[in-house]
Amino acid sequence: MQLVQSAFIPMLLAAVGLYALYKEVEVFPTFLRGAKKGLETAISILPTMVGMLTVVYMLRASGAIDLAAAALAPVFRLLGIPRECTALALLGPISGSGKLAMGSELMQRCGPDSYVGRVAAVILGSSETSLYTISVYSGHIGLTNTRYAVLSALLADLTAFTASAAVVRLYFLH
Amino acid sequence: MISTVWVIFLAAALVCGAATGRLDAVTAAVSTGAAEAISLAVSIAGLMCFWSGIMELLQASGLAGKLSRLMMPLLRPLFGSAAKDREAMEAVSANVTANLLGLSNAATPLGLCAADRLYTLAGRRGAPDTVLRLITLNTASIQLIPSTVAAVRAANGSAAPFDIMPAVWLASAASVAAVLLSSTLLRPLFPDEK
Repeated sequence: MQLVQSAFIPMLLAAVGLYALYKEVEVFPTFLRGAKKGLETAISILPTMVGMLTVVYMLRASGAIDLAAAALAPVFRLLGIPRECTALALLGPISGSGKLAMGSELMQRCGPDSYVGRVAAVILGSSETSLYTISVYSGHIGLTNTRYAVLSALLADLTAFTASAAVVRLYFLH
Repeated sequence: MISTVWVIFLAAALVCGAATGRLDAVTAAVSTGAAEAISLAVSIAGLMCFWSGIMELLQASGLAGKLSRLMMPLLRPLFGSAAKDREAMEAVSANVTANLLGLSNAATPLGLCAADRLYTLAGRRGAPDTVLRLITLNTASIQLIPSTVAAVRAANGSAAPFDIMPAVWLASAASVAAVLLSSTLLRPLFPDEK
């Protein structure tokens, strides 16, 4: 199991490269084209990261995050979500970069391989910026009433948060 | 919406900082936060570049298209009467596949295209269930290789940045199940305008 997991990424990379070569794709120039797009994405999220991470640090320093965590502690305890992740869960549905900034701050403070750090990472990987997504789609086609979409998406987010904590508990703590 | 939230955060930092007597720490946090943001962005940029390059190979070699065709039979049952429309299902499938591969730049235009087609099929009025199905699926997607998260873990010194992958798959599968189940159950409570 451990070996399969360690081999997964190197195997995937080699397999994609070999398959592309077999399909007579110009492998390296194609890779470079994609990497350039990745760099553009990284640069384009930079201002958002500065805006979000700075307010996250300010909120943390002011004690506002601890206050919010204390207020929501009963609900989060019931769902088994570590209280450190409260702010992450609140910001998650609204801003992708904000969520990333807050998750990184948590990993730095608690350690990326700690229980809280892992739950934060799994939350980042398993939940989308739901409210933002709904606003982009409904704005594009001109929906005025999205019926059950918001409620359903927020329930899915809550499920992702709860499941993240539960899976990390089962998978890494045994 | 994000503007309001951001200003509320700034105001909350001021009010809480004043109440707890930590305004000096709040002021200091402005410079540490801004500097940290740059170092985080720089340290995740490398891995983001690399994966974006690999994903380009997946698309150019036709693997992404293959995956998209494999997804179609799984998606058809979710889209009711629209499942018979080839153009709609191809766009839906391409959107879901792009989400699966974490190609967020490609996923949104494909998804908007699919939403347009589904809305036309439903007569372009109200909020049809097929369109809402697509939107809600996009709010809860599974990502096979969470490369950005791995980059953030690596930037913070994780020993094995990718070891959370199975956990991410399970948690996101749970959220997809939740979105499918809740939208089906909630549907009758929110009737569409006719």
